[in-house]
This record gives sequence, structure tokens and C-alpha cells, in this order.
Amino acid sequence: MSQGDLLHVVTEDDISDSRRMFGHGIVWASALLLAGIAIAQYAQVSGYADFGFQTWRPTLYAYILWSVCLCWSKVLIYGEHGKRVLFVLPAALFVVSLTVFPLLFGLIIAFSNWNLASPLGRQFNGLDNVRQMWADPFYWNALLNMVWYTLAIFVEYAIAFGLALLLNADIKARKFFRVAFLLPLMLSPVAVSWMIGKSMLEIRFGPIARLARWLGWETPSFFGSPEIARLIIMMLDAWTFIPFMMIMILAGLQAIPKDLTEAARVDGAGPWKTFWEIVFPLMLPVSITAVMIRIIFKLKLADIVINLTAGGPGGATDTVTSFIFREYRDRSNVGYGTMLAMFYLVLIVIFMTILMKLADRFSRPRT
Amino acid sequence: MTIQAVHDNEADSAGRAWRFGTKTTIYLLLILWAIICLFPIYWTITTSFKMAPAVMKGALIPWIDYDPAWLGWRSLGLSPETITASSTVRDEFMKRFMNSVIVSVVSSALAVMLGSLAAYGLSRFSYRFGFMKNSDILFFFLSQLILPPVVLALPFLLLYRELALLDTRIGLILLYTLSVLPIVIWIMRDQFSSIPSDLEEAALMDGLSIWGAFFRVILPIALPGMVAAFILSLVLTWNEYFFASLLTSTNANTLPVMVASQTGSQGIAWWSMAALSLAAILPLIVIGIGLERYLIKGMTAGAVK
Repeated sequence: MSQGDLLHVVTEDDISDSRRMFGHGIVWASALLLAGIAIAQYAQVSGYADFGFQTWRPTLYAYILWSVCLCWSKVLIYGEHGKRVLFVLPAALFVVSLTVFPLLFGLIIAFSNWNLASPLGRQFNGLDNVRQMWADPFYWNALLNMVWYTLAIFVEYAIAFGLALLLNADIKARKFFRVAFLLPLMLSPVAVSWMIGKSMLEIRFGPIARLARWLGWETPSFFGSPEIARLIIMMLDAWTFIPFMMIMILAGLQAIPKDLTEAARVDGAGPWKTFWEIVFPLMLPVSITAVMIRIIFKLKLADIVINLTAGGPGGATDTVTSFIFREYRDRSNVGYGTMLAMFYLVLIVIFMTILMKLADRFSRPRT
Repeated sequence: MTIQAVHDNEADSAGRAWRFGTKTTIYLLLILWAIICLFPIYWTITTSFKMAPAVMKGALIPWIDYDPAWLGWRSLGLSPETITASSTVRDEFMKRFMNSVIVSVVSSALAVMLGSLAAYGLSRFSYRFGFMKNSDILFFFLSQLILPPVVLALPFLLLYRELALLDTRIGLILLYTLSVLPIVIWIMRDQFSSIPSDLEEAALMDGLSIWGAFFRVILPIALPGMVAAFILSLVLTWNEYFFASLLTSTNANTLPVMVASQTGSQGIAWWSMAALSLAAILPLIVIGIGLERYLIKGMTAGAVK
């Protein structure tokens, strides 16, 4: 991305000193108000004084007021230039206040023993949660499962590429097929886990079980053994998300100039050779983007697992998210759950950074 | 010579047979995958019209395998006989439905608004917030995408408890806006960078302010991108389950939470579950068929340069 304004705006702002003073004034005044209310509320929570606050809402309102004043003051102080800042500032404030604060707060929670059901409240317990995590086989098992689930993306990618090639072929009713292939993406994972996982995979009369029996599997059981259960979850997740990769790859295929494949054909290359030597290398950047985004979504996988197997049998299908979900649901243990989540976040950040570095190297055009 | 011109030579007819074979294979594969995609929806539709014996039999085709009945829809209060009568189940369903509509529409609209402004600013001006330049700010926004929801879930649960935002629609809207904002910025940045900046320069010459130029000149051109971003956000927020199940309990439940809460119950009423699932996915199926163009536009933004 180029640095420097693409849009040159010549402005002759004549900002009076009093206007500038007012701009600074409202920011500081609202900040003081915010600090005042926050301190008062903290005092009440700690038991030093009673101001009659029911919730922390007043602090929230003061924070919103401060944010508005901050945005307004930019225009007051910097004039036209400040108006440009207004494009980005609201979104930035929104994201910072909704991620950075909760993450910092989460760090505090992660190092404490906090059971919502117990009356003791939050107690700092140092590294106890880390030690507990280290010795928790179910958590490591869930992490290992995430590796399997992520590896399944390669199969999904192959299928998606195949489907995109089919859709890109010279076919009739392309629009119908495209819409039909896209539909699974629209369905909510919860509904899918019922429609397919509970209803179609029902052992006695579900159509897939009947198909399995017809194919010679006498006693189909889909969630009995760990391997098959994991496979089913993978397949359900693949079913919903293959369309996403397929559409991206299809867009990539359609962007390949026809002359290139024509030229290869004239030079006597068969379809197989054309694909591997021309189409596939050209598709590499799109493929990498698609797979990366897919990995990001895969790492959030939870809804299907929560609703279908609840992690079973024996944690074989657990994802990190569904494991923490149950940890909270069953034991209301927020401290430990947050520690697990934070550790997961660290792993993801490391993993994605390495992946992006690798992708950057691979997608650079080879000359 | 003339005879040979009429007949195909051997290589040609072999080629034609081969081509015919490929064509057939392509169509067979397409139809196979179309069945894989559509059969679950078909199964759910037919199941919602089944009665217990038909479910046990695993009947497939209505009128031939079994007689369709309104059983499932009656239990939701949505069948022809019950639609006029008052029904608590339907009221419950409509409440969840409206929650889903409000939460997903408002949060998508909010995300498109904030995201478009930010993407526009980043594509046109250079900023410097402390040490962060444009590319850093953009990376900061996009990096939110890799933040797994589970990291935010418990801190938000506790913060919302203190702020009395638990089980409110506003609480959900804030989180959903946050979760789709990176996607909106991703799409809109692609959209804005394809619009030449001469357009605004001309508008600025004509005496419009920056914001005037943005609203009068750029926004109409970027509208398809905004629609695409909105639709994609709508799909993601409508289907969201994890936050909704953690942060809502009785008032602000969305449809996925309602569907999920029914699945665990003993002695599953297949027909009413099918009707409920179908009602939950139907709006998106309609959007998917009707606005497929925008969905594809949204998903392919930034993929092909």
C-alpha cells in the first residue's frame, strides 16, 4: 500500500485559538468525567463509599461521551485535515475498545481462580491455571484434534478445486449449479448439525444410514468410534465451507486469460499437462488466500461439535472452542477457561505468522 | 475424396467419443454434487411434513411414500389451521426470529457503515496514529479476523455482567459488528481501490467537501460492494451461535440458540424439529438464491487482482 495521500486536498483552514482551546477542552473535560465516574464506581465496588450505582453502565456512557468528544475535537482542532481522521477513527475506537480492553481484562482473569458459581469471587492464583492446563490431557487432545481438522482443509481444497473446474467447463445451466453448490454455505451450522447430523445420520431410519446398510455396512454407527466421529465432523464442516473456497477458486479460474490455455493447446499440451503447468501455478496466489481464510475459519470451528457430539466420544471430536465452552458450561470456571483461550490465541498468532511468511514466499511470482 | 469428406476420419470420431465421454462425466459429477448439496434441504422439507410412521420408515417422496401432513408446522403454529389462532410456540418462535432479524441486520449495517468509512479513509489518505501507518492500521483491522471468538467470549461475559448487557440485543450487536468488521473492511478496501481518485478530485474542484464528495460521488459507485459486504455479514451474523448461546438466556436468544435448545430434548419430534430448522434457514436460502451475485462478489473481493 502506498504511503502518501492519493487524494490531494488543498485546504486553507483558519482555525481560531478559541476553537482549538475548545477542542482540547472537551476532550480533557470528558476524560476527567470518565476518570471521575470510574474512580467513584471503583470506590463503591471496593467498599469505600456508596454512590448508589447499580451497574458499571455510567462508566460506559462516560466512555462513549469521551469517544464522541475525541472525534469531534479532531475536526475542531485540525479542521479539514481532522475530517479525514473521522473516516478511520470511529472504527478504530470501536475495535480497540471491544478487543484491547477485553483482552487485557482477559489476561487478569486468566491468572485467577474464578468460579462464577462460588461466592468467593475472583482470586488471583498465579500460575496455577498454567500448571493445570499443562496437565490437562483433554485440552492437549483438543489441540491435536485441531491439527487433524486443519489438515482436512487440503482435501476440502482439492474437492473445491475440482468443483470450480467443473463449473468453469463449458456447461449448460451453470447458474443453477452455482447456486445449488453455494447453498450449504448459507445454512447455519446449528441447523446443519440437526438436519444432517441428527436426522440424516439417525441410525435406524436416516437416509445415510440406509445407504450405508445398502452398501454393505451392517450396523452403521457414526458417532461410536473416535475416528469415524471425527471424520463425520470433518465432512459436515467441509460440506458447509467447500462452496466458499470453490467460489474463490472459480473467480481465479475465470481471471486466467483464455489465450494462455489456447496457446498451450496449440503447442500440443494435453489437458493434464496444461492444468499442472499453466492453470495450477497461475492459481497459486488465489489458492493460498482461499486456504488461509479457510484455516482462520476452521480454527473457530465449534458450533457443529457443540451441538452434535458435545466433544464425544471421549473427547475425540473436541475442538478447543467447544472444550472451553463445556468447561464454562459445566464448571462455570471462567479463570481456567480464559487461560486456555489465551494460550490458544498465542498458538494461533504464532502459527498464522509463520504461515503468512511462508505464503508470502510461495506466492511471489517465480521468474 | 468426396466420400472421405463426408465420413469423419478415425481420429476425429475417437476424439468426439472422448469429448462426449468427458461431457457426460462432467454432468454426472455436477449432478452428483448438486444432490449432495440439495438433498439435506430436501430431506428437511419433506420431514417437516411427515408423521411418526413416515419418519420411522424413512420415507423419501411425498404422496408416493407417505401422505404429507401439517404436523410439524402445526406444532410451530404455522400450519394453515393454526396460523390464525393464537399460539405460544409461534409467539416464542416469532420473538426469536425477530431477535435474529434485528441483531443481524443492525450489526451488519453498523459494520458496513464503520467499515466502509475506514476502508475509504485508508485507501485515500495517509494516516499516522503514533507509530502506526496506513498499512499497520489496515493490518490491525484485518488481524481481528484471526482472533478466535472463544478468546473474547469469557471476558465479554464478565464485562457484560457488570454492564448489565447480558441477554440484551445491544450486547450481541456490538460483538457481531466487531466480528464482521474485518471482512467488511477487506471487501470495501478492494472496492474503493478500484475507483479512481480523479472522481473525488473533480468533485472537490466543484466545491464539495471531502465528506460531500464521499457521499455524493463515491458512495453511489461503491454501493454494489457495500451490498455485497452487507449480505455476507448478514449470513455470518444470522448463523452465529457461539456468542449467542453464551451471552443470552431468555430475552435476546436468536434462532440458532432456539434450534439448538430443542435438539437435546428427549423423544425428538422429528417433524417439528424439521419445521423449525427449515424456518431458521429459509430466509438465507431465499437470500442465497436471490442475491447470489452479491454473495459471490463479496467472497471474491481481493482474491483476484
